[in-house]
Order: sequence, then C-alpha cells, then structure tokens
Amino acid sequence: MFATHVNRISYKKFNLDMLRTSLDVQTIRKDFPILDRKVNGRPLVYLDNAATSQTPQQVIDVIVDYYSNYNANIHRGVHALSQEATDKYEEARKKIQEHFNIAKSHEIIFTSGTTHAINLVANGFSSFLKQGDEILVSAMEHHSNIVPWQMLAERTGAILKVIPMSLDGELEMDAYEELLSDKTKLVFCNHVSNALGTINPIQEIIDKAHEIGAAVLIDGAQAAPHIKADLKALNVDFYTVSAHKMCGPTGVGMLYGKEEWLNTLPPYQGGGEMIAEVTFEKTTYADLPHKFEAGTPNICGGIAFGAALDYMNAIGFESMAKYEKELLDYATKRLSEIDGLKIYGTAKNKTSVISFNIEGIHPYDIGTILDKLGIAVRTGHHCAQPIMDFYKIPGTVRASFSFYNTKEEVDILVEGVQRAKSMLL
Amino acid sequence: MTIEEIQEEIVDEFSMFDDWMQRYEYMIELGKSLPLINEKYKTEDNIIKGCQSKVWVHAELEDDKLVFTADSDAIITKGIIAILIRSFSNQRPQDIINADTDFIDEIGLKEHLSPTRANGLVSMIKQLKLYAVAYQTQLN
Ligand SMILES: Cc1ncc(COP(=O)(O)O)c(C=O)c1O
Repeated sequence: MFATHVNRISYKKFNLDMLRTSLDVQTIRKDFPILDRKVNGRPLVYLDNAATSQTPQQVIDVIVDYYSNYNANIHRGVHALSQEATDKYEEARKKIQEHFNIAKSHEIIFTSGTTHAINLVANGFSSFLKQGDEILVSAMEHHSNIVPWQMLAERTGAILKVIPMSLDGELEMDAYEELLSDKTKLVFCNHVSNALGTINPIQEIIDKAHEIGAAVLIDGAQAAPHIKADLKALNVDFYTVSAHKMCGPTGVGMLYGKEEWLNTLPPYQGGGEMIAEVTFEKTTYADLPHKFEAGTPNICGGIAFGAALDYMNAIGFESMAKYEKELLDYATKRLSEIDGLKIYGTAKNKTSVISFNIEGIHPYDIGTILDKLGIAVRTGHHCAQPIMDFYKIPGTVRASFSFYNTKEEVDILVEGVQRAKSMLL
Repeated sequence: MTIEEIQEEIVDEFSMFDDWMQRYEYMIELGKSLPLINEKYKTEDNIIKGCQSKVWVHAELEDDKLVFTADSDAIITKGIIAILIRSFSNQRPQDIINADTDFIDEIGLKEHLSPTRANGLVSMIKQLKLYAVAYQTQLN
C-alpha cells in the first residue's frame, strides 16, 4: 500500500517536471505536413499564425475520415451514418464544453467563426437596446468586432463609446470605469488583441460591467490558441472562438452564451434545424442550441474543431504558453537589436505577436521581401485600422509565433528583416 | 519609341539579372527615378484603390500625348508604377488603351500580376488605361 502511494506521488512529480521542460518542437513539427513545403525555393517559415494556424495531421486525418466513412446530415436521419455523424458532432460540442469549462453544452452554439458569432449577438441585441443606451468597445478591436456594433447602434439609436488605450497598447482601466454608467448595456472587448498581442484584463472588465448590470462579450479569437479560458470562472456572458486559429479548419467556431441570454435573444437565421414546429401561421423555435443553428452546419468542421482541441490539450496549454513566451522574448530581443526597428504593442502581458516597423520603410515593402525569402508574415492594418490611426502609421509588419515555430525561424526572420532593410533603405 | 519598344527595352534590362534580389534592387532603383506627382494632386481622389500602400497617379495631356506622374509610400510599389509609367508615358491615349502588359511577366514580376495581390498592380494598369480612355474621348 505504502509503496504504491509513494510511486503515485513520484509519478505525479515526474509529470510536473515534464511540464516544466520545454516542448519537443522537432517532434511536434512532424505533425504539420505543410511545414515541410518550400516557398520561393526556400523552406517555409510560417509566422502568420494569428491570421490562421496550420493544421496537424491528426486533425487532417479526422477530416479525411469524416468524408471517407461517415459523411451524412445530422440530427435528422434514422440511418447509421447520420447517427454516427450526429454522435461525433455532439461529442465535439462536449469537448468544447470541457475545454472552456462551460456549465451546459447547449450554451455552445456552433458558428462559422468569431465574425458570425459576434453578428449573432449584435443582431439579437437589436431588440433590447433603445435610443441613448451605450455600448462600450475597446480601442483595440478587430473590424469584425466594431462594424456589427456600429450597425447595431445605427439600428437602435444606441451610442458607441470607446475604451481608450495607452501607447504601450494597454487598455486605460480608469477611463473604462469612468465610461461605465447605468446607460451602459453592453461591453465588448477582445481577450487578446490581434494587432498587438496584448492580453486584456478581462476578469476585471467583466466584473466591473456586471456591477452596473451590463452584459459582456469577449472575443476570444486570438486568446484561444494560447490561453485556456475558464468561462465558468470568468462569469462572462458571451465568448467567441474561431477554430482555424487553433489548429482546426476554417469556417467553424463557437459562440458561448449564458443560457439566460441565449433564451432571451431572438434567433438570428431562420431555416431547418432551428424550429420545433412550423405552420404558415406560426413557428415555434427549437430548444438551445438548435435555435441558433439553422441549416446544415459545418459538420466535418465541428468534429475537426474537437480534434484540434484534443491535439492542443495533448501537448498542453501550459507548456505551449511557456514555450511561446520563450520565442516571444527571444524574437523581441533579437528584433530590437535592429537599428530603427520599433515594436508596437509592448504590454506587460502579451501573447507571441510582434507588430513592428522600420523607420523610413513601408511595412508592405518588408513583407514583400520576406515573402521572397519564404517567410510568411502579415502586413497592413490587420483589420484594426483604429489602432494604426492611433499610432499614426499605415500599418505594421506582424510576426506571430506558434508552438511549432523555432528559435532558428526567429533567426531567419531577423536575417530577413535585416536584408530587407539594406535593400529598401 | 513605341510602347512595345520601351517594354522590350525594359525586358532587356531585367534579363541581365539572374536572381530575384537583383531584379528587386533594380526595381527599387527605378522607383527612385519615378517622375513624381505634384503634391497638389496627392488627393484622396487620385489614390488608386486596392493597394495596401498608397499610390497616387496623375495624367496630363501634352499635345496629343499623355504624361503620367505618380508616387507611392512604398518603394517596391513605386518601382512597379515607375516601370508601368515608363512604358505608358508620352504616348498617345489610343496606344495606351491598346497596349498589353505581358512584359511584367517576362521581367519576373508575375507574382505581382495576380488580381488578389494587395499591391494592386492590376488596379494601377486599369487606372492608367482609364485615364487614356478619358483623354481619348476628349481628343475625339
Ligand atoms: C481578435 C479577432 N477577432 C475576430 C476575428 C475574426 O475571426 P473570423 O475571421 O474567424 O471570423 C479575428 C481574426 O482575424 C481576430 O483576430
């Protein structure tokens, strides 16, 4: 008895130690077939992970398996394939539930991604808002998080107000508190900024909004690949995720909504799957989550989303975060050594994203040269024009790192930037 | 020189280079020689849409020929527009309308010809031709 007990303890300890050591990135890279390809005759260095992450073989296999073995429409068939597909799809919902620690699985709505999820909520709020109500949006939002609220404000006469940010790219929390009032009905903020990588203090944002009775939607698109959010603990009203940024396929994501909210929000789209009974006089809506899942969903995508979560959890979010932090620190240090290079977004708390410019050079020029060198980065305003306006720049070069990137790739990036600089200046 | 002759000349110049770096370096050099647009024409109206960088183009008729000036805030884009303008400027509008731009492919800048590429080369060509069409109508 005693011996087993000791064994168990040491086994646990062993596991913890494993966590503390860095990832075996070379083994992980073998999971991603795309990382072997060449671009412009050079090995691909993929540093545009914040736009879309790459897909591991384990997830690709699930997609192939779906179309090879059990492709069928779900929730309506009596036959075996339909049942299998339905089971797998609902299993994926359970995986999402477990991953994000969500109280009830029907609080998860499968969407085509974050943009769809946000529009669903914005549309629903049309019926709750009136003239003079206020919606607060952070200054570092993605366009998909601004436009739906502008449209909502136009429809309802509500007013959109902006939570300002500092030059470091951190939200001004004092200003936020001042903006909150009994007129505030909704607060929208991303968990992590796509352009700057800032991790926002969302717990504080949520708690403060709740004190005055406002609802909060957190856009988790950029956070989900790096941070395992505990939605129960956060007590957030809505949270959105896109699978394609976390090793899953494009065209699928989730909206989490508290049951009370999802019950009160009107449906977004009409169609099959979302109804209970239809006559020409009246339709009664199906229960959650189906009320918001009109039409045939991205079945394969949903299942693959679940597989992507399995994949990432097997590696472990803690070890990924630790490794990505090492990459971020290393890249920040190396890039900062380049004369004239300025990094935008220097928040204390940030994910592995570096937005930068070199004095006197347009980001587009740097991106073009890097592309010739096989290095994929993003250039431009990153769908966050207000941030660029804030810094008075046309855009930035953004390198975003994932757990499958390496220090050698950071070195290649740094060399590439230096080469671009000498060509362009 | 006709547009075709100029384009051949450009192709010749680029054929001296055997790697992309030299081609880009040369294009950047050409960008520096771009006949610059008068600041007063750098208006929102003269910005070519569809480019990630800003590109302004202005056209003026001198006798029966069209003269282009331009600028961009990105140097590679400036190089591309310089190459285009060199082949189109000081030409009759009708010749510009009829000209093709396959030489871009021949000088190894094919990747910039994709309509989905954010540099908007395709939009630039369209805009230069639009100017030609507008002035051609004026001449008729
Ligand atoms: C912060 C943030 N919100 C929303 C989106 C939009 O996500 P999707 O295009 O998957 O709907 C993105 C993606 O670029 C993002 O980075």
